[in-house]
Amino acid sequence: MDEQAKITLNAQTAPVMEPGHTFATVTEKISAIVLTRPASNGWFLGFGIAFLLTMMMLFAIGYLFLKGIGIWGVTIPIGWGFAIVNFVWWIGIGHAGTLISAILLLLRQTWRNSINRFAEAMTLFAVACAGIFPAIHVGRPWLAYWLFPYPSTMGVWPQFRSPLMWDVFAVSTYATISALFWFIGLIPDMATLRDRATHPAARIIYGMLSMGWRGSARHWHRYETAYLLLAGLATPLVLSVHTVVSFDFAIGIVPGWHTTIFPPYFVAGAIYSGFAMVLMLAIPIRKIYGLEDFITELHLQNAAKVMLATGLIVAYGYAIEAFMGWYSGDRYDAFTIWNRLHGPYAIPYWSLLACNIFIPQVLWIRRFRTSPILLFLVSGVILVGMWLERFIIVVVSLHRDFLTSSWGMYYPTRWDWMTYIGTIGMFLAAMFLFLRLLPAISIFEMRTLLPEAEVKE
Amino acid sequence: MKRERIYGIMAEFDSAQALLDAARRTHEAGYQKIDAYSPFPIEGLAEEIGFYHDEVPLVVLIGGIIGGLTGYLMQYWMSAVDYPLNIGGKPPHSWPAFIVITFEMTILFAGISAVFGMLALNGLPMPYHPVFNVPRFSSASKDRFFLIVFSSDRKYDPAGTRSFLEALQPRSLSEVPS
Repeated sequence: MDEQAKITLNAQTAPVMEPGHTFATVTEKISAIVLTRPASNGWFLGFGIAFLLTMMMLFAIGYLFLKGIGIWGVTIPIGWGFAIVNFVWWIGIGHAGTLISAILLLLRQTWRNSINRFAEAMTLFAVACAGIFPAIHVGRPWLAYWLFPYPSTMGVWPQFRSPLMWDVFAVSTYATISALFWFIGLIPDMATLRDRATHPAARIIYGMLSMGWRGSARHWHRYETAYLLLAGLATPLVLSVHTVVSFDFAIGIVPGWHTTIFPPYFVAGAIYSGFAMVLMLAIPIRKIYGLEDFITELHLQNAAKVMLATGLIVAYGYAIEAFMGWYSGDRYDAFTIWNRLHGPYAIPYWSLLACNIFIPQVLWIRRFRTSPILLFLVSGVILVGMWLERFIIVVVSLHRDFLTSSWGMYYPTRWDWMTYIGTIGMFLAAMFLFLRLLPAISIFEMRTLLPEAEVKE
Repeated sequence: MKRERIYGIMAEFDSAQALLDAARRTHEAGYQKIDAYSPFPIEGLAEEIGFYHDEVPLVVLIGGIIGGLTGYLMQYWMSAVDYPLNIGGKPPHSWPAFIVITFEMTILFAGISAVFGMLALNGLPMPYHPVFNVPRFSSASKDRFFLIVFSSDRKYDPAGTRSFLEALQPRSLSEVPS
């Protein structure tokens, strides 16, 4: 790392880590959350609520399996309702985790070291939530495995010219690589927990998860090579995933979908919503577990700046969509834009513009980037806005296309809402468990940030 | 037959710099079978103990090539050979449509090769290792740095190696039972 750049960066803004820490204090502070601190009543309350919401989701899905997707609001012409909206929303949220862990690693942004672990966990849980929706949306979910090319007695194969098949491969690859990336990052920290734990069961479990890691210099060398290569592989992968998700729409001919701006603007939107989720998780976590030394004002500011930048790319995407509606001269495209602004879904569209474009502009003001509470609120607004964006793209494009005789309206049912809110519960329940069972901050990468870690040849 | 009782002699250091210097001097003194342990990766340490050939990149390259070929040939064989189906008048072998899955399979196989290749080359998982017999070694995952000379080294002799390591001024010195 360029020493001069580091010093100037620190002089201007908050430090990456508060001074006064040693290898031992970093280790103790992070591992104590898992090993010694008792679970508070607040944790049990939060986990309890999240768990109940998860049960509600399972109930809604169970009833869906019993009755079929008729219990949802989807009908023709709107065959893709909440399921696809939520799928795209969740998978987009996951993207920030990979951006932080892979792309910022390649760019040598060392401030990522204290947020990459739980951002990767967030990715994994968000992808898990996303994966539920296409599987239950196929109508006969017990046949969802038909999506994969396996040698069947029917002698047929999937149709590889369809973007929906590309999506199956993109999302399953993304889930696998994210899980591996997360796991490989955990191995040295599992060894730390193995050596710190006092309970025999904890020693055995963390010992098995650590794979017998002993920190040999040869091992570290191969480990760093593998980690770096994985980051290099995850970088194009994460950009491809939301690109392929956008192909699900852009390859189709429906006005409002059939546009070449979709891939970059989907990727930017994914990172935008993902950073908002990172902040909504990081702000309470650093407060409750007293991790302000590690997740400093610098992290909040940097995340806010990333949101501001990606938010502007998203705004550009909206502007180009509207411009092309007019400039293409295609009456259906023009009508789609008019319909968004003045049609029956005008309120969601204007709310979307407010949430994603107008309100986040407050991030230009320094106070909004440094105050945790304000940043938390802005992040919440952005998450709502990005959900509305997917709602507009999926529902509003479909509800009025070429023929007025086939126009319709979409009204989500209580089952739609129960499933959606239930996945938020599942996501939070998994996060609560993660915080108590695994180190939420990468311990060994935090050690490398200390001045004592620097060596001279 | 009497087994070799001692696995090696282990020296403990306080800082990354001390370990790096000690590793260099030990390797320069002619010891080949040595290893260094640290709670985080230290730049240049692997080279100081004589480790130069990292095969992980090759494993990943091979994995990626196999993944890409698998992805493309799978789609070609399924769509153009085994079950050709006319979809919207596109040719059975419509290669541009196959690129996305080829790319994803390349990444998937390369990524899996990176993780499992690294673990396999490191000989992990390995739940038991003699170095864990040293009680102080539990700090190797926290804030201490260790250097070991294995008893299998050609230059190893119990007294001489011990006094050599003592001259490096370690914080502590211990024999590792095998």
